[in-house]
Amino acid sequence: MTFYAVMATFSPLLGGCIAGLFGCLWPIMSMRLCQIITTGFVFLSALCAFFLFKKVGLDHTVIVLPLFSWIDMGSLQVVFSLSIDTLAVVMMGIVTFISALVHLYSIGYMARDPGISRFMTYLSLFTFFMLFLVVSSNLVQLFLGWEGVGLLSYLLIGFWYAKPEANLAAQKAFIMNRVADLAFIVALGLIYAVVGSFELPVIIDNFSLLKSTVFSGFGGSVSVLEVFCLLLCIAAMGKSAQIGFHTWLADAMEGPTPVSALIHAATMVTAGVFLILRCSALFEGAPFARSVLILIGALTAFFGSMVAMTQNDIKRVIAYSTCSQVGYMFFSAGLLGYAGSMFHLCTHAFFKALLFLGAGSVIHAFSNEQNLWKMGGAAKLIPVTYALMWVGSLALMGIPFFSGYYSKETILEIAWGSSGVLGSLAFWAGLLSVLFTAFYSGRLLFLVFHGKARADERVMAHLHESPPVMIVPLLILSLGAILGGYVGYGLFIENKHLFWGNSFNTHFEEVILSSLHFLNEKNAFIVHVFPQIMALIGLFLAFVFYIWKTTIPGKLKKQFYELYLFIYNKWFFDELYEVFFVKPLWSCGNFFWKQGDRHGIDGGLNGVAKAIYWFSESVKKLQTGFIPHYTFVMVIGLMMASTWGLLQFSNLSFKDVFESSKAYFQGSCVLDKQDAVKPCFQKEDIDDRNR
Amino acid sequence: MNQLLTIGLSHYLCVGGLLFIIGIMGICLNRTNVILMLMAVEVILLAVSLNFIAFSAFLFDLMGQVFVFFVLTVGAAETAIGLAILVAFFRNQGTVSVQDMEKLKG
Repeated sequence: MTFYAVMATFSPLLGGCIAGLFGCLWPIMSMRLCQIITTGFVFLSALCAFFLFKKVGLDHTVIVLPLFSWIDMGSLQVVFSLSIDTLAVVMMGIVTFISALVHLYSIGYMARDPGISRFMTYLSLFTFFMLFLVVSSNLVQLFLGWEGVGLLSYLLIGFWYAKPEANLAAQKAFIMNRVADLAFIVALGLIYAVVGSFELPVIIDNFSLLKSTVFSGFGGSVSVLEVFCLLLCIAAMGKSAQIGFHTWLADAMEGPTPVSALIHAATMVTAGVFLILRCSALFEGAPFARSVLILIGALTAFFGSMVAMTQNDIKRVIAYSTCSQVGYMFFSAGLLGYAGSMFHLCTHAFFKALLFLGAGSVIHAFSNEQNLWKMGGAAKLIPVTYALMWVGSLALMGIPFFSGYYSKETILEIAWGSSGVLGSLAFWAGLLSVLFTAFYSGRLLFLVFHGKARADERVMAHLHESPPVMIVPLLILSLGAILGGYVGYGLFIENKHLFWGNSFNTHFEEVILSSLHFLNEKNAFIVHVFPQIMALIGLFLAFVFYIWKTTIPGKLKKQFYELYLFIYNKWFFDELYEVFFVKPLWSCGNFFWKQGDRHGIDGGLNGVAKAIYWFSESVKKLQTGFIPHYTFVMVIGLMMASTWGLLQFSNLSFKDVFESSKAYFQGSCVLDKQDAVKPCFQKEDIDDRNR
Repeated sequence: MNQLLTIGLSHYLCVGGLLFIIGIMGICLNRTNVILMLMAVEVILLAVSLNFIAFSAFLFDLMGQVFVFFVLTVGAAETAIGLAILVAFFRNQGTVSVQDMEKLKG
């Protein structure tokens, strides 16, 4: 058991290290060997995760394995540990499985890239950090994995570093994540100040303490728990690209397609949802934070699917789709439907990975073309990809018996069943999103595979099916996208209390009751049939718009041009950020650069140098180069020095000498301190001798 | 007043001091010729030698007079070297004027 746990977590790290450290040793480590090693280790990890799933998930044991102490300072103890409960093991299974398939796919997709060993290393490390995050039992280790995921996403999005857009997108992703991570750091500080430990079980045990400790001010008070959960919510919003922090997600499409698949399906955007689910016990005591979750999730689900309808880049469509689907997970978690949230995470991982890798295959077939309007008519030429994209899209739309159907259905049920305004808001937003989702999925499919071929002839002639190494992962994923829902529904939802065990430990009995509420039939028709009808309407509309009457989109675009621009420009989020954050920050930085750095620091240093120069310029005038002057100064100095020495060795003062010499020249010697001078010259003596 | 006519140690010392000052003046105020400078150095040496001799006689100690020989020897050698440098300098620069020697000017 411990062996499996350690292997599952650390073998991607091992593979990544081997490929990363020795990948440059051409020809010992050929690129092919790098690919094989990293892929092999990740597959090994997936295998171990499978065994773990069997043990932990099905046999209901929990593994807690402390590895070593990381920080040991007085009361601050941080121990690296593998703590694997059901939630973690499900997440591990998803991460390793998707990652393994993405590794396999990358062998084909990145075959002609010179940086392949670097790429495989990053992929493996990305997987490792995600696993490290998942298995942690304390927040600091989780934060380490969290940051590692952020770092690797930066490296992978900016993988083609020669492309300026890729660099900018990578920086954008990193900076957006940093902003959200700040909330995480504050949350860590807060929890340590109140509880004195980072261990999640300890924090959860101190639930009532957290709840009873309050911040008060401005005429109100708020519990620490509420603040903590809000901060975690902000952190999760950053990683999961929820509205407000979503701008990095679409730009992240500059990275290679397998990366997009990995980020969107398994390793990055799910981290935020995982964090919330991990801290679910705390969120239950924070109704305001949960309301924020619901609101953000519902808004994002609506926003993402709406924007996806107008995007023209095949990857951007799917990216906004991810945004929207993660929104579903958010509001489900906010509505206490943790199992539903996790279930959707799993099914989404399958069909989104399938869609992304399928899109990669399409892009590959169309000679690296990503614009939907330059594709078309590819159905007969790449039939396997075509079929697989349909499977992925149907699952995404939530068409019955595909995996998305089960999970989306569950979430909508939860939303419908929960009381309160926010619940119904989430339900209607989710329902509308189903319509939009079906529409953009259909639009994507029809534009890529049906209709006239809009690509030029050279591209069309070159159009080809991807190699088996790319198709096989797609086939496996499509199995998941078809069957995952059915299998998962039985396991995750129907037996949810048995299966999840203590993963989603709850505090209040009534909370459990209210989360069970959705099982009560309120209005079966609206919940069970309406979403499917919406999905079919969406699909039908897409069919009408893009196959049947292709003039309609153009007309609509002209009719509602402002609305179209609003949606097409993603609600002007980027522009707003440009005005409110980027420009002020830029001018602020510019000010400090020019005034502070250039004038203050550089000016100060240059001023010192100038002062020294000026001083030496004036001092060097003393150096006349004229020997008599030097001699004169030397003599004067010598005289002064010898006078001083003389006075020093005798007991005479300067005044005495002056007086006596005056007296001498006046003819009378009055050396008062005669004994002070050795040898003592007395005028009489001298006179006597001379006589 | 009789005493004033006797030549004592102080007279020698005064002459030595005057010679010394003349030598210093010769170095410091001379603007024309380096040879003059060498001569002024000789004058300084003479002044010092005179001091030595005066004290030697006054203290009945021959050491001072012996030392004067050394001073003279060293002075002669120094002058020889000085002249040699001067010749070399003249060959190099074509002048021995103190006014023109200002290469060290900052």
